[in-house]
Amino acid sequence: MIDYHFDWSVIARNSDKLIDALILGLWLAVVSLAIGSVIGLLAAYARVSGKWWLSRPVWLYVEFIRCTPLLLLIFLIYFGLPEFDISFLNKTQSFVVSLSLYAGAYMSEVFRAGLASIPKQYVEAAKAIGLRPWQRQAYVILPVMFRITLPSISNNLISLFKDTSLAAAIAVPELTFTARQINANTFRVMEVWLTASALYLVTAYLIAILLRLLERRYAAIR
Amino acid sequence: MTDQPLLQATAVHKSFGDVEVLKGIDLTVRQGQVVSLIGASGSGKTTFLRCVNLLEEHDGGEILLDGDPIGYRDIGGKRRRLSEAKVSAQRARIGMVFQQFNLFPHLTAGDNVMLGLTKVLGKSKAEAREIAGHWLGRVGLAERRDHYPYQLSGGQQQRVAIARAVAMQPRLLLFDEVTSALDPELVAEVLGVMHALADAGMTMLLVSHEMLFVRDVSHHVVFLDKGRIAQQGRPADVFDNPENERLRSFLGRFHGLFGRASAAS
Ligand SMILES: Nc1ncnc2c1ncn2[C@@H]1O[C@H](COP(=O)(O)OP(=O)(O)O)[C@@H](O)[C@H]1O
Ligand SMILES: [Mg+2]
Repeated sequence: MIDYHFDWSVIARNSDKLIDALILGLWLAVVSLAIGSVIGLLAAYARVSGKWWLSRPVWLYVEFIRCTPLLLLIFLIYFGLPEFDISFLNKTQSFVVSLSLYAGAYMSEVFRAGLASIPKQYVEAAKAIGLRPWQRQAYVILPVMFRITLPSISNNLISLFKDTSLAAAIAVPELTFTARQINANTFRVMEVWLTASALYLVTAYLIAILLRLLERRYAAIR
Repeated sequence: MTDQPLLQATAVHKSFGDVEVLKGIDLTVRQGQVVSLIGASGSGKTTFLRCVNLLEEHDGGEILLDGDPIGYRDIGGKRRRLSEAKVSAQRARIGMVFQQFNLFPHLTAGDNVMLGLTKVLGKSKAEAREIAGHWLGRVGLAERRDHYPYQLSGGQQQRVAIARAVAMQPRLLLFDEVTSALDPELVAEVLGVMHALADAGMTMLLVSHEMLFVRDVSHHVVFLDKGRIAQQGRPADVFDNPENERLRSFLGRFHGLFGRASAAS
């Protein structure tokens, strides 16, 4: 280690690959957050529905996801589904399914808390002008909840982005997998992993700043 | 039939658990009338307004709006709650202004007024914008239409809330202590708007502790005591000749505003 000589040219030579990999990781996180938010919202409504045959299965789903390592879920979906003749998913799609299910469980908790924290007075004002139940949801409750939960949604996006590194385990060519490949071909251990770390860090930080701006724009409205 | 009251409540009962909060309220509001509910805190004023607007389900008696029973109908002698869609449609005919304003926090003043116009009454955006502009102007806030609630003072928020309610052209407007959450210097601007609405012939049922205003604006005043109507009548009768002992002591609390009441306390 003491004699380690840094040779950063390996990074320059592979910069295209690394950037592509980074973009793929971001894309995986954003898509999974989007699908996960839809799942999470439906799950949150199921949890507060007061119907046990809706809330119980959803509770089971949420607890299963929260108490199981994400890597296990990734393997389960990737190796497990083909056993049931569900084999039309490529490895990237399979990973998106896993990460979306994972995100859905966490988002359902975010949304459940969000729905519970909507001040009753807004709902009553919405009733008083004659909005129907679904209109109250669409025009008042959900927009207000979105603003209340925005900070938690941001945190989830950053976590999911970091979690995309687990896709390396099933050879999805995101940043971690690509870094390992470059490493295997060039043996430039420190350069490659330091660069990958820096890319994760800078990207996560940029996401945080961007979302902070978004939050500021909306937070003022509460 | 022309003499049909706009609102007619008969023997309205309401309990929360074991506690009976409304013990048989009979009350009539005619078209163009201003009727005020006064009474001590906890006497059931808010609960009655909320029953009229279907925010609470009354569990006995009947409330008719233009002759239609509110919230319930009889099916083979059984009392059945109307569907949510029907309840929503009935609520659209009644406006309500709350103590805490309750403006939608994510919408501008203009959009607060427009939401019900477009989504409930099905008006076009352009028409709704015009109506919202008209009513925001009437409450003196034409220049504030693009402001969010958090950018407005309490008095301005409450005036937007009034514009939002009245823009729907309800048959009846309910006001529940709409100045109680305001700083004293902001009370007058809101009462002024309410007075103008009353003068314009709006039918109103209101709860207020602003006794001079109540006396000035009302056609009929109802004193509620522990869930019952203890005395009612023209403002002059209620304020100057309080026969009911509890009404006398209630009015006595208002710092000698009323001649006989203060002498009695
Ligand atoms: N949702 C509720 N659950 C239980 N009790 C209630 C509820 N709302 C009101 N009450 C009770 O009903 C009584 C009348 O309340 P309210 O109608 O608000 O009185 P007022 O508006 O005249 O001050 C009070 O004793 C109050 O505690
Ligand atoms: Mg009250």
